[in-house]
Amino acid sequence: MSAALRTAGLSKRFGGLSAVSDVSLEIPQGARHALIGPNGAGKTTLINLLTGVLEPSAGDVFLGGERITALPQHLRVKKGLTRTFQINTLFPGLTVLESVVLAILERKGLAARWMRPVSSHRAEIGEATELLATFKLDRDAQRRTAELAYGRQRLVEIALALATRPKILLLDEPAAGIPSSESVEVLGVIAALPADVTVLFIEHDMGLVFRFAERITVLVAGRVLMEGTPEEVARNDEVKAVYLGREAHG
Amino acid sequence: MSALRGGRLIEVAFWLVPLAAFLLLPGYLMLGSQILIVALFALSLDLILGYAGIVSLGHAAFFGLGAYAAGLLAAKGWGEPLSGLLAGGVIAALAGFVASFLVVRGEDLARLMVTLGIGLLLYEAANRAAFLTGGVDGLSGVAMGKIFGVFAFDIGGKTAYLYSFAVLLLVFIFLKRLTSSPFGLSLRGIRENPARMPAIGSPVRARLVTAYTIGAAIAGIAGALLAQTTQFVGLDSLGFNRSAELLIMLVLGGTGRLYGAIVGAAVFMIAQDYLSGVNPVYWQFWLGLLLVVFVFFARGGILGAVEAAAKRLGRSSQERAR
Repeated sequence: MSAALRTAGLSKRFGGLSAVSDVSLEIPQGARHALIGPNGAGKTTLINLLTGVLEPSAGDVFLGGERITALPQHLRVKKGLTRTFQINTLFPGLTVLESVVLAILERKGLAARWMRPVSSHRAEIGEATELLATFKLDRDAQRRTAELAYGRQRLVEIALALATRPKILLLDEPAAGIPSSESVEVLGVIAALPADVTVLFIEHDMGLVFRFAERITVLVAGRVLMEGTPEEVARNDEVKAVYLGREAHG
Repeated sequence: MSALRGGRLIEVAFWLVPLAAFLLLPGYLMLGSQILIVALFALSLDLILGYAGIVSLGHAAFFGLGAYAAGLLAAKGWGEPLSGLLAGGVIAALAGFVASFLVVRGEDLARLMVTLGIGLLLYEAANRAAFLTGGVDGLSGVAMGKIFGVFAFDIGGKTAYLYSFAVLLLVFIFLKRLTSSPFGLSLRGIRENPARMPAIGSPVRARLVTAYTIGAAIAGIAGALLAQTTQFVGLDSLGFNRSAELLIMLVLGGTGRLYGAIVGAAVFMIAQDYLSGVNPVYWQFWLGLLLVVFVFFARGGILGAVEAAAKRLGRSSQERAR
């Protein structure tokens, strides 16, 4: 069986700078895979290449065996490849409920319709309400997203992605900017996802990475330094030197 | 539930105002028709700016196209009003569809420049094509037939007023439906964050092309209405001034609410009529002052201020009840 998500020789140059060089990954279905590396290692650029925000300079992206290198962003989402953003990328003026209902309407292909008001789409509103309840966001459903505290907005960020019912979920530092007590909660929701959903996540907090990841890819200066189980990564001297060492020096 | 019914009641009352004006102010029907037509024009901008978030400084291009289309039809002997209105809308929609591909790309500044450019292009084209449009002299000889073959346009402007009112109300009902639909929600999503929309699977460009085309069509219908009710089309119908004034009206009334477009158009037109009567040379001074005050002290325009006041009132009455 082909991998859920695969890249072959993926590269991205910005002018003279190689942000991502020759990255070949293979993520099997249902994986809980972490992508780590120091700042500027090209992690977010890689996510942007996988999701179609950026066009690669070279290489290909495959989704379940299908080459999607040239597919626009929104069509990749339709195929089940969804991401979240490192910095909250939400709809500040929409209510939390409206935002999630919008994502559900898009998934169901109903968002271009204009004959019936949104308020009469009871199934979609019901689904959104249920989803918000799993994030304990139900009491904020009717509030404008901008009115929520950053940590609560972080949950909306992930709820929006889940509303698309992803087969593969790419999480760009899901716990960034929230206290560690709450970050466990955020990752807990992700850990509770159905086992067949593939999760690839970027995270700086090593505690979270070692807790949730089954496999880890270490990216340094745009290249894959190594890939392995958390134990293998923890034991690797190169990783210690380049990544953990730097972390220790702070 | 009662709040909903209260809202309905206010809406009905709102639409009774122009009808009351028709009965009580027969001397102002010409101005009244102009207000209704400009309100329709402002609604078209509200769809693309207030909902979809596309800034435009050249929206008069579509207004003018619709005006010339309907005016030329009538001047060449096809004076049936409703088909003329339709023609104005269709021509403007076609132009809007083509232009949308230029407008939809790019950021706000690029959009401002592209829309401005399209407006200037059309203005000069109409100026040059004097054999067709009458150039600076304007297009005259617009002879209108009767609406439904029954209601002739009269000197007093009664037919023109009711005709404009009916078209405004119908388009408003259409827009109300459109903006409260999933499509309308997706436009608001694009306005709020165009970067997130593709990440939830939304084809942003296609949605914006649709919205821009509909906005252009409605602007064209408004232009056609003006041509038919004044039986004249001037170059100014395409001009930059008209685009800029339109933007002022919409911001003044409040964007993204539909009613803001109508209120803004009415307040602007009435203020213009009154202030230019008081001082024909310097009236724009007061207009400028009004605009600055509103942008600084009432972010959502007149309707935004009303909404905020109503919210405060509701909260204090709730507290009293407690």
